[in-house]
Amino acid sequence: MKGKTILVTGASSGIGRQVAIRCAARGARVVLTARREEALQETLRSLEGEGHLYIPADLTKSGELEALAAQVPELDGIVHCAGMSERVPVKLISKDHIERLMGLNFSATVLLQTELLKKRKLNKGASIVFVASRAASYPSPGNAIYSASKGALISYAKCLGLELAGQKIRVNCICPAMVWTDLITGQGLDEAELREAEKRYPLKRFGEPSDVANLAAFLLSDESAWMTGSCIDLTGGGEGTLI
Amino acid sequence: MTIDAFIAAFADLLDETDPAEITADTYFQELDEWSSLSNLSVIALVKTEYDKTITVKEIRACETVGDLYNYIENEG
Repeated sequence: MKGKTILVTGASSGIGRQVAIRCAARGARVVLTARREEALQETLRSLEGEGHLYIPADLTKSGELEALAAQVPELDGIVHCAGMSERVPVKLISKDHIERLMGLNFSATVLLQTELLKKRKLNKGASIVFVASRAASYPSPGNAIYSASKGALISYAKCLGLELAGQKIRVNCICPAMVWTDLITGQGLDEAELREAEKRYPLKRFGEPSDVANLAAFLLSDESAWMTGSCIDLTGGGEGTLI
Repeated sequence: MTIDAFIAAFADLLDETDPAEITADTYFQELDEWSSLSNLSVIALVKTEYDKTITVKEIRACETVGDLYNYIENEG
């Protein structure tokens, strides 16, 4: 990935941070973004190589999103990792809950992509990766809106891939099952229960952010030159089941 | 939130239990319909009404609806 410049959203923690670390380790210049500046600096400090930069932005605020798109250099790849999860049973779904999840997981992600295209920030042959989720096709209690937001993202990504194919820009989605990040540990779920659940996965564990980062690096590299419009499950053999 | 309002909101989370059965002394984890999903409902209720995050472990540590109310009001 030497000579490539890659934008990583959600780079302050979890999957985004590991994606950034992996891209830098493979020689790419990485542009980090997320809301929290201190956490971005921490990610920046863990990157190998030079020339990396960070741009703090709240993608749900259109002014900040536009400023980010204006500031980023020309890109050879994007990994959309910014996202949130919040488990709410269907009976308690509120407009706020829908707006929070769809607002970040879907709208902000799509609108950032739009801005980057309008500002012609993507080089010919660039690769765009969306971190979606197995939840898009596999139901789990309390996950209705999260699942819907990831399903919407996948449908969007397929259209995006079609429209950008003429410029040889590739678009692919990664659909991980459960991955150890604060997305699953920060929701009040019992860690002991999660540790039990991961044993039910055929490979006896949930994923680590680095598992997702490895696949993202492959999708960003020229090794995946004939892949576009694909949705790749990354699951340890599991289905994304939790409870 | 008053204890009465909390009990009413708690009863609303349930699907099969007669709301009249729910009091501050109800051992909620012994209800027939109590499940992992019920825990998620309580987490969502506490987030919406109190803007606090309670964990499944904390919910499990409470025995009655009154215990749960006191825990959320004072510590959660």
